[in-house]
Amino acid sequence: MATDADRYAVASQAQLIWWRFKRHRMAMISMVVLAVFYILALGADFLATSDPQATDSRTSYIAPQPIHLFDADGSFRPWVAGIKGVRDVKTFKLVYTVDSNRRVYIEFFGHGYKYSFLGLETDRHLMTLKDAQRGEGIYLFGTDLLGRDLWSRLAVATRVSLTIGLVGVTISLFLGVLLGGLSAVYGGVIDTIIQRAIEVIRSLPAIPLWLGLSAALPNDWSVTQVYFAITIIISLLTWTDLARVVRGKFLALREEDFILAAELAGASQLRIVFHHLLPSFTSHIIAAVSLALPAMIISETSLSFLGLGLRPPAISWGILLQDAQNVQTLALAPWLLLSAVPVVLVILAFNFLGDGLRDAADPYG
Amino acid sequence: MVEPILSVRGLRTQFVGPEGVVRAVDGVDFDVFEGRTLGVVGESGCGKSVTARSILRIVDRPGRVVGGSVMLRKADGSTVDLAGLTEEAMRDIRGPEIALVFQEPMASFSQHYTIGNQIMEGVRLHMGLDKHAARKRAIELLDMVGVPQPSRRIDEYPFQLSGGLRQRVMIAMALACDPRVLIADEPTTALDVTTQAQILDLLRQLQAERGLAIILITHDMGVIAEMAHDVSVMYLGRAVETGSVSDIFDRPQHPYTKALLRSIPTVMAKPRTRLPTIVGSIPHPFDRPAGCAFNPRCADMIAGVCDIAEPPPTNTGTRQVRCFLHGGRP
Amino acid sequence: MIAFVTRRLLLGLLTTWLISVLSFAIIQLPPGDFVDAYIAQLASSGSAVSAEEARSLRELYGLGQPFYVQYGKWIARVVVGDFGESMEWRRPVIEVIGDRIWLTLALSFAALIVTWTLALPIGIYSAVRQYSFADYIFTFFGFIGIAVPNFLLALVIMYFAFTMLGASVGGLFSAEMTLAPWGWEKAWDLIKHLPLPAVILALAGTAQLVRIMRANLLDELRKPYVVTARAKGLSEMRTVLKYPVRAALNPFASNLAYQFPQLISGGIIISIVLGLPTVGPLLVKSLVAKDMFLAGTIVLLLGVLTVIGTFISDLVLMWVEPRLRHQLD
Ligand SMILES: Nc1ncnc2c1ncn2[C@@H]1O[C@H](COP(=O)(O)OP(=O)(O)OP(=O)(O)O)[C@@H](O)[C@H]1O
Ligand code: SF4
Ligand SMILES: [Mg+2]
Repeated sequence: MATDADRYAVASQAQLIWWRFKRHRMAMISMVVLAVFYILALGADFLATSDPQATDSRTSYIAPQPIHLFDADGSFRPWVAGIKGVRDVKTFKLVYTVDSNRRVYIEFFGHGYKYSFLGLETDRHLMTLKDAQRGEGIYLFGTDLLGRDLWSRLAVATRVSLTIGLVGVTISLFLGVLLGGLSAVYGGVIDTIIQRAIEVIRSLPAIPLWLGLSAALPNDWSVTQVYFAITIIISLLTWTDLARVVRGKFLALREEDFILAAELAGASQLRIVFHHLLPSFTSHIIAAVSLALPAMIISETSLSFLGLGLRPPAISWGILLQDAQNVQTLALAPWLLLSAVPVVLVILAFNFLGDGLRDAADPYG
Repeated sequence: MVEPILSVRGLRTQFVGPEGVVRAVDGVDFDVFEGRTLGVVGESGCGKSVTARSILRIVDRPGRVVGGSVMLRKADGSTVDLAGLTEEAMRDIRGPEIALVFQEPMASFSQHYTIGNQIMEGVRLHMGLDKHAARKRAIELLDMVGVPQPSRRIDEYPFQLSGGLRQRVMIAMALACDPRVLIADEPTTALDVTTQAQILDLLRQLQAERGLAIILITHDMGVIAEMAHDVSVMYLGRAVETGSVSDIFDRPQHPYTKALLRSIPTVMAKPRTRLPTIVGSIPHPFDRPAGCAFNPRCADMIAGVCDIAEPPPTNTGTRQVRCFLHGGRP
Repeated sequence: MIAFVTRRLLLGLLTTWLISVLSFAIIQLPPGDFVDAYIAQLASSGSAVSAEEARSLRELYGLGQPFYVQYGKWIARVVVGDFGESMEWRRPVIEVIGDRIWLTLALSFAALIVTWTLALPIGIYSAVRQYSFADYIFTFFGFIGIAVPNFLLALVIMYFAFTMLGASVGGLFSAEMTLAPWGWEKAWDLIKHLPLPAVILALAGTAQLVRIMRANLLDELRKPYVVTARAKGLSEMRTVLKYPVRAALNPFASNLAYQFPQLISGGIIISIVLGLPTVGPLLVKSLVAKDMFLAGTIVLLLGVLTVIGTFISDLVLMWVEPRLRHQLD
């Protein structure tokens, strides 16, 4: 007991938060899950098994295919089933189906489509097929109507959707800290104006406005331009929560002794803000950010799902889910719903993480 | 000898949390008599409020009364042990038999209902009055505790009243069902000096009129000297010395009581001084010292005895003390 | 009290004004002037517009003049109920929207009711029985509600209904009622179809509100006034319902004001997935087709609905919070 108390007595603020955070098992697990997702996003192209953009009518709607680890003789030699074309007796069209008698072996670190990783041009992938015929591939999660591999597309989409959240949150954070801070530091008229603006923005129906604004983006914009425009549109309406957190904390901390001491010591307003206030509630900001991120991700996914966010050839979770919009399609190719799994996992994880962080940063708040 | 109206023996209440068990009340004994005031003193955190709540069995989660008896002599002369009553039966004790006045009048009222509503509630529940009669009674009660213009004030919300008025209303609410025991938990701590004196006067006057038994919880030896007939000194969840006020103020026996009294040399002259510090600080509730809980701060500590065994309660006449200097040495 | 209502009213008007500017901006945003677009659209469908007509159209909308002049002309017509023509449908916008706007309102309102009736008791139960089995179950579903975007939920439910029951669960009316004139029968048909989309729409908001209710009630349960109530001899049930629940209603109600815009927003998406005849699908279609008067009008109407909804929620808040009522008395 006594040693515990001693440890607490000498622990820094950050250590205390970390200790409290470690007690939230779900938050810890979520942190690991998110780390895995971001690593996946970083290595998306390396993990992709085929070109996410390559279409092939032969491979339309192939159901997910497992990877068999052992060959017939029991040796470790992973393979997947190939495909074969069968001529339809009535229409005389070639119909391709999975041929479970044909084994196509997997090669690790083989050559596939070209991509650039951190500025490096390469064509190495974790898994490719050896001696594959056209149309054959590793279809872990199946394929879509145009015959594109869902696993590879999901990997790349994860990168887009996860980073759009980060970029969006950075913009929101900037606006939130700036306006929330101004509001708290100067008070008076400025505070009133900013507070009213926040109330007004919070009572706007977000989705119709997003839809309207993003529909107005010129059709000839490049994928990157649309990407940034969408992020900005989303951020413009989501900074208010962060601003409220920041303002609340500013006001609470202003009253505390060390700020008073700094003020008495003649530190300037801005110095107080940046040297004393901001560091003392980074933890709150991190918590608020991790709760704001899922909202960003849902927004992008919803917009793209409706066809008014990112546009093909961009790939994001929303765009993948767009293919699953229709019940008939889903009945035919239910695996298209797999795109929903990472969405749900990531949002859940961010929520748990944010909760854990908030509790750890502010056990009494 | 007069029978006590309320007799508490070996009362123990614990809070079980993830960090460990806090023994907030750990063996408290005292008696309360009709028309007399028992003062309960002790430093902050020694378990005074929890004692009060344990008597009525309304300790907050995760707290639990784990032992002891609370004998209440009813108006008809029969005695019941509150610790053994069912929850329903206990509800009929709260209000009509024993009532509480709280430390913070602002926080202890709901801000969402008028004071009239909050007073009438108990009256209607326990006395079976209809709305009209209950309202009339509430106005009388307010008048009795000295709230001006009671028929107008009754429809106000607590946040519209001053601190002193709020505490008067709190007393009116406690007295609504004519209880025979009133527990006042630091009724004056949150008030300014003049108002404090008025509230204490009011309590004394009500006691004289109705023969109330009062348990007055306070930090303040001055208030004890002024108000109480008997006193019980608490340290870390235990009643370490109990007896009549004149007796204990004249001849304190427990070193802690002595320290308390020594550290306010002008008890009578400065009646509302907070307890000044005694050497050392109160141990953390998880860190209860072995043996006598007071031993790290005690000047008369007997090495090899006080830090090993706990002193049992010893009675001499009307006085009970827990200290090896006064008996019970192994 | 009057000050509070006035302030809310002014804020509502300000919001309405901002929404109208944004709506008009949306109408304006696509490059090129929309009379050109209109002419092109008409030409592609075979009818021609004379230079004379084009000129009078430009005159009417004030094209070529500064934004605020155009906005002024537009808003002057809007306040008398003239929202312009839909280019795609070649009919006045207001006719195209028809009763879809009321169906949108009905859906959002139904979802709001579902939110209230679920969130309140669940939140209370979870707080009073903190860490009980049911509390964990509710918390789990709460996280699902927060983490699953409601269009996904709608998709999954549709999928299972389709594959397992062979039924399509979309729509707000049965097939034979869709075109029927309004009457009791049609209204009853609507009421029968509303619950499913309303529940799907309400789930996210319910989960949020349960969390808020639970957290606030846990806070309130620790407050001294609860002990006071117990000390009066009230039963536990009555104590909890009369005092802490009442206090926790306040943040609950003030959050409710922000639920309404979210419901209106969410309604758009799930209407598209479930094929509901609200303004949602119309809005998306009109945006894709760049039918800007229709789109702008829908955004404007949704915005105004939101403002009204928020204002009503504010009045509810005032009713549950005596402190607000007494601030100026
Ligand atoms: N709800 C609770 N949960 C955990 N521990 C509690 C709780 N309430 C009280 N305690 C513990 O019980 C002990 C006694 O508290 P109590 O409120 O009775 O002190 P007190 O003597 O009334 O002090 P004060 O003079 O400050 O009112 C404290 O040390 C505290 O740690
Ligand atoms: S028992 Fe010992 S330590 Fe405790 S008060 Fe008495 S003398 Fe001091
Ligand atoms: Mg106390």
